[in-house]
Amino acid sequence: MISFLFKGIIRDRSRSLFPFLTVVAGVFLTVGFYCYMKGAEFDITRYSANMGTGHVKVMTRAYAKEADQFPNDAALTGVGALIGGLQEKYPEFDWAARILFGGLLDVPDEKGETRSQGPVAGIAADILTPGSKEPGRLALEKGLIRGRLPSKSKEILISEELSRKLGIGPGDTATFIGVSMDGSMTMSNFILSGTVRFGVQSLDRMGVIADGADIREALDMPDAAGEVLGFYKNSLFDREKATATARAFNALYEGREDDFLPTMLTLTEQNSLDAYFAMFEAAQAAIIAIFLLPMSLVLWNAGLLGSLRRYGEIGVRLAIGEDKRHVYKSMLAESLIIGVLGSVVGTILGLAVAYWLQTKGIDISGVLRNATILIPTVLHAKITPFSYFIGFIPGLLATFLGTAIAGRGVYKRQTAQLFKELET
Amino acid sequence: MKKILALIILAAVLPVFPVLSQAPSAETILDRVDRNAVPGNKIVMSEMIIHGRRDSRSIKIKSWIEGEDKAFTEYLYPPREQGIKMLKLGDQLWTYSPATDRTISISGHMLRQSVMGSDLSYEDMMENKKLREVYTAKVNGEEKFLERDCWVLELVANKGEAAYYTRKLWVDKERDLILREERFAKSGKLLKTLDVKSVIRAQDRWVPNHVVFKDALKEGQGTEFKIDTIEFDVAVPAYLFDKAGLRR
Repeated sequence: MISFLFKGIIRDRSRSLFPFLTVVAGVFLTVGFYCYMKGAEFDITRYSANMGTGHVKVMTRAYAKEADQFPNDAALTGVGALIGGLQEKYPEFDWAARILFGGLLDVPDEKGETRSQGPVAGIAADILTPGSKEPGRLALEKGLIRGRLPSKSKEILISEELSRKLGIGPGDTATFIGVSMDGSMTMSNFILSGTVRFGVQSLDRMGVIADGADIREALDMPDAAGEVLGFYKNSLFDREKATATARAFNALYEGREDDFLPTMLTLTEQNSLDAYFAMFEAAQAAIIAIFLLPMSLVLWNAGLLGSLRRYGEIGVRLAIGEDKRHVYKSMLAESLIIGVLGSVVGTILGLAVAYWLQTKGIDISGVLRNATILIPTVLHAKITPFSYFIGFIPGLLATFLGTAIAGRGVYKRQTAQLFKELET
Repeated sequence: MKKILALIILAAVLPVFPVLSQAPSAETILDRVDRNAVPGNKIVMSEMIIHGRRDSRSIKIKSWIEGEDKAFTEYLYPPREQGIKMLKLGDQLWTYSPATDRTISISGHMLRQSVMGSDLSYEDMMENKKLREVYTAKVNGEEKFLERDCWVLELVANKGEAAYYTRKLWVDKERDLILREERFAKSGKLLKTLDVKSVIRAQDRWVPNHVVFKDALKEGQGTEFKIDTIEFDVAVPAYLFDKAGLRR
C-alpha cells in the first residue's frame, strides 16, 4: 500500500510537489531558528557564567544589593576559608574569587605627567597561578590581539579599543586610580602586557584584566573579594540543581540580620538573565507553533486544491466501490509520506545552515552598541540531539492536519451522483 | 486722646525696633563668617576619623594653607596613606602618591570622589571661595543651637559652579561661626550635613575644632574632623605651593 502511494507521489508530482516544498521550507526554518535560539542561549549562558555570574555566585548581602556598582566596601572577607568551606560542601563546583573594580587608567608622559586618562572597568581573577582555569574562562588566549598574557605580578591586559584610545601598547606603564575597600583613593602602577578583544561590548570599551592578588594589594583588600563564583565542573549550567544549592546555602544564614553575611545567587537570578531565559523558552515554543499554524493552513489549502483537481479521481475510486474511509485514509497516508520526505529534506537543509552558523556565528554587535550587560557580540547556532527531530513536529502535524481537514470532502460525495458527475 | 493713642501704638511697636535694628543683613552675616573662616596663612594638624560601613579608621593630616587659593596637605598616618600629598592651587588639584611616584591631576568627575573614603569629596575640599561670592543669602530666623544663639540663613547659589545649590546655615550670632550646615541639591535632596561639636579659642579667633561631616547618601556614621593644633599667620614655605614640591 505504502509503496503504491509512494509511487503515486513520485510519478504524479503535480499533486505532491507544492505540499512537499511547503513542508521543506517550514521544517528548514524551524530547524534553523531552533538551532540558532539554542546556540544563542548557550552562548549567553557560557559568556555570562565565565565573564561575571558563574553558575552560582556568593557575595555579601550588601554587595548583592548594589552588585552593578562594584561595591567593594561590602566585599566578602576571609575568602580563603570561605572557598575552602564551599569546596568541601559543594564539590561539584570549581570555586574562584573575583574582584570587579572601576577607576581610571592614567598614562604618564616622559615627565610623569598625565598624557591620557580614561575610565576603566576591570575583572581581577587568578590568572597567574599555574593550572588556574580563569584565563580559559575569560578566553584571554583566544582574545589576545597584541603582546602576551600576564606572566608576572603587576602586569595587566586591557581591551584593544581602550589601548588605542589611551595611546598605549604592550610594555607601557599606566597608573590605575581606584577606590580601596574602605573608600580611599588608591594608585598603583601596572605594566601593560597585552591587549585583548573580549567579544563583549561593555568590556571592549573599557575592560581591564588583572591578577586577583595584584588588585587585592592595590585596593587594600587582604583575603577579601567582591564575589566568589562557582562553576559546574562539567561546565554545563543545571538550573534546577543550582537553584537547590543556592537555597540550601542561603538557608544556613536565614533569620540573621547582618548585611555582611554571604548570600548565593544562581546565574539566572543575576543581570535579569531569568528574563532572557524565559524569552528563549517562549521563543522556541513560538517557533514550533508559528510554523505549525501557517504550514497547516497552507497545506489545508493545498489539500483543498488537490481535492478539486483530484475530484474525478476520487469520484472514480468511490464509483468502483472503494470505501470512503479507505480513500480518506490513503490521502492521510499520502500526506504523511509527503510530511516525512519534506521533514527529512527540510531537516537536512536546516542542519546544514545551523552547522554553518555554529561555526561562523552572526555578529550582533550593531544592536549591542549601548549594551552594558555581558552578552557576546557573536552568537552561534548549536545543534543538539533534539535539532534532528524538532522539524518533524510541524512537518508531520501540518501535512496531516491540512489533509485531514481538506479530505473531509470525500465524505460529502454522494454515490448516486457520481456517475452523473463523471458523465459531465 | 490722640496723644494717648499714639503712645499706645508707640509702646506696642517699640519692642520690635530693637530686634530689627540689631538684625544684620544676611550679607553682613556671611561677610563676617567669611572673614572668620578664610584668614591668611595657617598650619593645621588634624585627624580625620572615618566611620565606615564596617569599622572606623583614623587618618592624620598636616596642612599648610595660604589664603583661599593655596593649600598643601600631607598624610602622616596610617602607614598605607603616609606620604600622600595633595596640592591645591586655585581651581586645580593634584595628588602625589609615593607608591607610584606619580602626580595626578584630579579633575572632572574625580572631584566628586570621596577623600580617603571619608564623607568629604575633593569638591568639598576645593571649596574655598567666600560664601558671599557664590551664594545669595536671606535670614530665615533665629534658633538656639549647642546652647548658642544662632541666625538661620538660607543660601541659594548665584553661580553655576557651586557644588551645592542651596545651603541652610546656623551661624553663631556672637562668634560668627557656622555651627550646623545642611547642603542640598537643586532638586531639594539633602546631600551633606556638617555639625560642629566643639569650638576653641586660638590666637583670638574662634575655631571649630571638632566637626562631623555626613554624606546623606552614604551609609555609616559620618566623618569626624578634629583639629589637634592650629597656627595662624605663620610663614609657609613657598616651595610647598609648587607642583615639583609634591615629589620632595
